[in-house]
Amino acid sequence: MLDYASLKVIWWLLVGVLLVGFAIMDGHDMGVGTLLPFVGRDDTERRVVINTVGPHWDGNQVWFITGGGAIFAAWPLVYATAFSGFYWAMLLVLWALFFRPVGFDYRSKIDNPTWRSVWDWGLFVGGTIPPLIFGVAFGNLLQGVPFHFDNNLLSTYDGSFWGLLNPFALLCGVVSSAMITFHGGVYLAHRTEGEIQQRAQRWVRVMGLLWLGGFTLAGIWLALGIDGYVITSAVQPDALPDPLAKTVSRVAGAWLGNYQRWPLTMLLPLSAYLAGIAAMLLLRGGRSFAAFWASALALAGVIGTAGISMFPFVMPSSSHPASSLTVWDSVSSQLTLELMLVATLIFMPLIILYTRWAYKVMGGKVTAAYVRENNHSAY
Amino acid sequence: MLDNVVDLSRLQFAVTALYHFLFVPLTIGMVWMLVIMESVWLMTGKQVYQDMTRFWGKLFGINFALGVTTGITMEFQFGTNWAYYSHYVGDIFGTPLAIEGLMAFFLESTMIGLFFFGWERLSRKQHLLVTILMAIGTNLSALWILIANGWMQNPVGAEFSYQTMRMEMTDFAALLLNPDAQAKFVHTVSAGYVTGAMFVLSISSWYLLRGRNVEFARKSFRIAAAFGFASICSVIVLGDESGYTVGEAQQTKLAAIEAMWHTEPAPASFNLLAWPNETRMENDWQLSIPWVMGLIGTRSLSKEIPGIHEIMAQNRLRIQSGMLAVQALETVRRERGNSAALAVLEQHKKDLGFGLLLKKYTADVAHATPQMIAAAARDTIPRVAPMFWSFRLMVGMGMAMLLLFGWAFWASLKGNFQHRPRLLKLALWCLPLPWLSCELGWVVAEYGRQPWTIYGVLPTRLSVSTLSVESLYGSLAGFVGFYTVLLVVEMMLMVRFARQGPGSLGTGRYDHETAH
Repeated sequence: MLDYASLKVIWWLLVGVLLVGFAIMDGHDMGVGTLLPFVGRDDTERRVVINTVGPHWDGNQVWFITGGGAIFAAWPLVYATAFSGFYWAMLLVLWALFFRPVGFDYRSKIDNPTWRSVWDWGLFVGGTIPPLIFGVAFGNLLQGVPFHFDNNLLSTYDGSFWGLLNPFALLCGVVSSAMITFHGGVYLAHRTEGEIQQRAQRWVRVMGLLWLGGFTLAGIWLALGIDGYVITSAVQPDALPDPLAKTVSRVAGAWLGNYQRWPLTMLLPLSAYLAGIAAMLLLRGGRSFAAFWASALALAGVIGTAGISMFPFVMPSSSHPASSLTVWDSVSSQLTLELMLVATLIFMPLIILYTRWAYKVMGGKVTAAYVRENNHSAY
Repeated sequence: MLDNVVDLSRLQFAVTALYHFLFVPLTIGMVWMLVIMESVWLMTGKQVYQDMTRFWGKLFGINFALGVTTGITMEFQFGTNWAYYSHYVGDIFGTPLAIEGLMAFFLESTMIGLFFFGWERLSRKQHLLVTILMAIGTNLSALWILIANGWMQNPVGAEFSYQTMRMEMTDFAALLLNPDAQAKFVHTVSAGYVTGAMFVLSISSWYLLRGRNVEFARKSFRIAAAFGFASICSVIVLGDESGYTVGEAQQTKLAAIEAMWHTEPAPASFNLLAWPNETRMENDWQLSIPWVMGLIGTRSLSKEIPGIHEIMAQNRLRIQSGMLAVQALETVRRERGNSAALAVLEQHKKDLGFGLLLKKYTADVAHATPQMIAAAARDTIPRVAPMFWSFRLMVGMGMAMLLLFGWAFWASLKGNFQHRPRLLKLALWCLPLPWLSCELGWVVAEYGRQPWTIYGVLPTRLSVSTLSVESLYGSLAGFVGFYTVLLVVEMMLMVRFARQGPGSLGTGRYDHETAH
């Protein structure tokens, strides 16, 4: 079958695909959660907003769960090091996510304004905190994270939670948060009409400018002020994974190296800009479905930009650069990567097919009339 | 009280896993009851069956929300709190978890949306298909999780690699067909079916006792009685099978469950009741039935079942062999090409985990004292009394449920059950039993695996993340706080809608109709 080196690269791509899938699918209902208290002014409006994602948020959340499972299986060292190192950040994500299943399912089961308002803000928290923290986490990955391995590959995190909240990482958090809210706004505009739709469109404009501006600023900062990492020993892509077998240095501007080496990769940041602007124009022109997919492409562009800037690094170590985790040395065995690839190739198309069917069945505008008619079964 | 990361991590895992497992069995069982009810609706066209599907589905949804909420914790927690475990066995353990997401959880979660929101938009047949796919997804989900768990109990199809310093998969088929995983899967999902059946049976009995929604409750009771009776029989038969596979793979667990301190001549007797004394390593007293244990544990009259003292003696030898493996591994990690050390490692690799048990007592395993070795051998036996009593309580409740479902099924065949208040009251009061026995089953399986996370391979002590005690107290407090609030909210909704009954659907066909 495929050789080990190719499998490692394929799994880097597949993890990217899963992250992008998560951002597109779970991202739009998280963005809707963020916008909920602002675009829905009364209970009926809020129910309209919630019911645009009501039948789908649960399936969408599995992108996140499967992404986590795939990283566990394909990159166990990354899963172990990142989740334990970012302990409090991960717990915040987890606890924020607690508000979503119960918020969606329990909110409209009791007709009491305080009860419903509490869950509305719960859905806001559940939609806002995770993308914010993932952005902050990416901001820290780009700068390197303080951790090291001992000789038995036990990882120790050398920093603190507060160290994660540095200016560059916070900027990345803002970009991520604005981008996901933007995406949720585009989706909301597609699925609603009237005033809710207009409010969503206003939010899309504001968030669009915010994330495009933030993305530009982060790019300049990355080029001028953030050191990248380079493997200084000979790289053997097909070797057995051992993160301690290499030497690594920090080099200014190293994160731009891949764009010089493979100029085509510049299409990634470029597509982030073009697709982001296209999404705003398409939405203004009333073509909300096309705008949604333009927005999705923009998400892929941004995530791809972060990924390719670091390649082959996945989680560089700032305190002990030789412990850095790369595409070559943080992976599972060849057999596991092969099996997981087969499983992904079989099930991913099926997932996309039945997800598409579910959206088709539940398609069309969600209106106040729909909520009234389905008072007992809708969220 | 607890001052170390290992114990606190274990406590946090136990709290979150036991809590998650309050919701999972009900989901697994109820989903099939929904399939049955909806199928009957499709076949007979009687409206009441659709109302049953929707009403019980509503309660199912309230439960499902917390199952999802607490399930994410479980996936996060391997990485956050058990980082070395995740590294050491992620190559094998991560695969079933990822496939669970791809094959099962996506299906279940996508279909559940259509189940609730698709009534008006799907044809009857399409909707039933959705419900069936949701049920299949739910049960496949359990299958993959138990394949992962089965591997923790009986780590087949994998080998240690000194270069990558971890266990690596060598045989995926062995992982799938692991007898422990198969036995656990059927036993656990059947227990879930019993939980679902008991839930519907109890609440229906409550309506019948009050004379409310009688037709609706009668039909629900009948389905629950039949489904529950079949399921409890299967739990007991398959639980016995599970006992057999445990005996094969984990002698320590079986010996602790049975408080068998000494090897008896075959076939061994079964301690119906006993008072295990941990310090004397004997039972203070016991009430035994001859032969039975030998039959359950070995399916033969001639094979011996080893007692705790004999297992400890065997394990002491394995620890001594494991010391050589640990020492050789340390040498090989230092000097990659050392062929003499490699040869020693190859020879003693199967006991590496036993050598690692000594890390509890010394960093320098190669020079462990005989006292340390004896202490480590003692550690290989889980505490007997909790195992012994958890198991007996679980089985006792299983037998009680067998009687209840037997009676309920008989009465539902005769059709006179709504006039039997004693049966209905019993069914109502038995409501907590499946949850209690499911939780105890978890204790038997997972507490009984100690001191290992991966039986015979990786000690629990070495599996944790490098974290501070303060972080652990903080996160534990957070989980307990969140989970308490969530449980209160969930129970409040569940009781409210169960009391309101099918009237909560707002169809105008039932008692106690309200706006919500």
